[in-house]
Amino acid sequence: MAKLHEELIQVNNLKKYFRISRKSVLKAVDDVSFSIKKGETLGLVGESGCGKSTCGRTVVGLYDATGGSVLYEGKDVHRLKKDEKLQFKKNAQYIFQDPYASLDPRMTIGDIIGEGMDVHQMHSNEKERTARIHELLELVGLNPEHAVRYPHELSGGQRQRVGIARALAVEPEFIVCDEPISALDVSIQAQIVNLLIELQENLDLTYLFISHDLSMVKHISNRVAVMYLGVIVELASSEELYKNALHPYTKALMSAIPVPDPDVESSRERIILPGDVPSPINPPPGCKFQGRCKYAMPICKEKTPELVDQGDGHFVACYLHNK
Amino acid sequence: MLKYTLKRLLYMVLTLFIVITITFFLIHAIPGDPLSSLARNLPAQVKENFYAKYGLNKSVPEQYVMFLKNLCHGDFGESLKFPGRGVADIIEKHAPISARLGLQAITIGVIVGIVLGIVAAFKRNRWPDHLVMFIAILGVCLPSFVLAALLQYVLSVKFELFPTAGWGTGKHTVLPTIALCFGSVATYARYMRSSVLDVINQDYILTAKSKGISNFNLIWKHVIRNAIIPAITILAPQIAGIFGGSFVIESIFAIPGLGSNLVDAVNNRDYTVIMGLTIFYCALYIVSLLMVDILYGVVDPRVRVSEEVAE
Repeated sequence: MAKLHEELIQVNNLKKYFRISRKSVLKAVDDVSFSIKKGETLGLVGESGCGKSTCGRTVVGLYDATGGSVLYEGKDVHRLKKDEKLQFKKNAQYIFQDPYASLDPRMTIGDIIGEGMDVHQMHSNEKERTARIHELLELVGLNPEHAVRYPHELSGGQRQRVGIARALAVEPEFIVCDEPISALDVSIQAQIVNLLIELQENLDLTYLFISHDLSMVKHISNRVAVMYLGVIVELASSEELYKNALHPYTKALMSAIPVPDPDVESSRERIILPGDVPSPINPPPGCKFQGRCKYAMPICKEKTPELVDQGDGHFVACYLHNK
Repeated sequence: MLKYTLKRLLYMVLTLFIVITITFFLIHAIPGDPLSSLARNLPAQVKENFYAKYGLNKSVPEQYVMFLKNLCHGDFGESLKFPGRGVADIIEKHAPISARLGLQAITIGVIVGIVLGIVAAFKRNRWPDHLVMFIAILGVCLPSFVLAALLQYVLSVKFELFPTAGWGTGKHTVLPTIALCFGSVATYARYMRSSVLDVINQDYILTAKSKGISNFNLIWKHVIRNAIIPAITILAPQIAGIFGGSFVIESIFAIPGLGSNLVDAVNNRDYTVIMGLTIFYCALYIVSLLMVDILYGVVDPRVRVSEEVAE
């Protein structure tokens, strides 16, 4: 029983397709499975358009799943009863990528933070509500005076802190951080990431951290999953992944991380992938990466490789390693 | 805020002055004079006396200065065609009729248009959307006077539901109101639809959803409150459209409002009435523009702040 509870979220063969027209289907998330343990941070990396955000949104139930299931403490989040669904909405929160678009421009900061508390009836009177809003603002490093301001009066970093505060307002257990730092400049990025780490330690949070910034993901995550065109191609502990990447796509990604040493940087070899990311609309069968992979074999065009454990929880979906 | 308001007031007076000047010279540029439509065959001496009485024998610039002088004393003059009827009296007597029709039309136009637009956006690409867009295109293409004639023919002549023309009971107002507001309904429906579609794709709608908010509150508190902001912008041109439309509609339905009075005055070259009513309409429009601006500040917190900064 203890082992079962250890895994907070279990994603099984999750699929999310968008119908583009009568004939074409965009397979944003195509058969993805992973699990997240309580208190853990799972990083999800991949280039833009690979389905990271869609995956995150489907996991917290903002999108309906096309297939597969997301189990939260053993319950399928897409098949909850009404009251269970409300409870799940409280437990699982989402921090959005764009701190400019994700706050309602006509609401004060206080109301943005307080609205979730109102929905879940987490305070008994107005005084308590205000006190809690002020507490949350201080928790994320803002002033209580910010409560009466409007989003457009704040800077990007301050807004993202509001985004975090409003997610924390309902006392969640699990937060999907969808590129929470990509819209911020570098000095603010570190502040926000460190804030997230600190909050995780103090509040015992579980994160799904979506990003395309590989070094940031390494910094914050226990384990990292690499996505390519709607599928996970590799999943390992972050140390292992950065030291010993197995999938050709991951290798190319890793080689793109700049090294802060000019001598190493000028001499190191970068893997340049030929071609562009193919369209996720009506993709051909087989490995999604085979068109750009220099190791592509005939079998890669026929069947999609499965994620196979190479030992120590290092999973990879590639026929080079799945003998 | 005080400085801002004063500045706005100054601009209003300036606008009014420019409109008065342009109208005055345009009116006098039209061939003919009050007598040409009234009594063509008067003896020359009678004509002379008439012109002298109203100062029409002087040059146009002289008349202009005289007119401005009287205006500054609050004197709009009296009708040339109906001596004894002051322009101020005409406004006092006929403006309430036009005001009732105009207010009815703009209220119904805005409310019905907004509701239709919201429905269309939430049912997009399904039959309610197609129906609303059909109405909207019809409303934009169909001039109000054509619609007025159609309404008179179908609803009054064929089915005898409403009186064809005239003024008096509430029933008399139905057809002109429909004819007058149809364009606004169409414009608002189209505008609101695209505005709602824009808002429901925003991230903050997802944010609200992730808070676990109910559907009703999502639409009411987040979607409509934000989608209504651009709709307020077009309120001013809509008001102008209702003014313009009312001239024609009042004539068609024989409504004794200001609009039909103005049309008659133009036909009769009734200079004083034309000028008086033009000033009145212009002032009304400028004031409604100011009100829309103030409303905009109330509704949109982003505008409020930029004003404070501008001080």
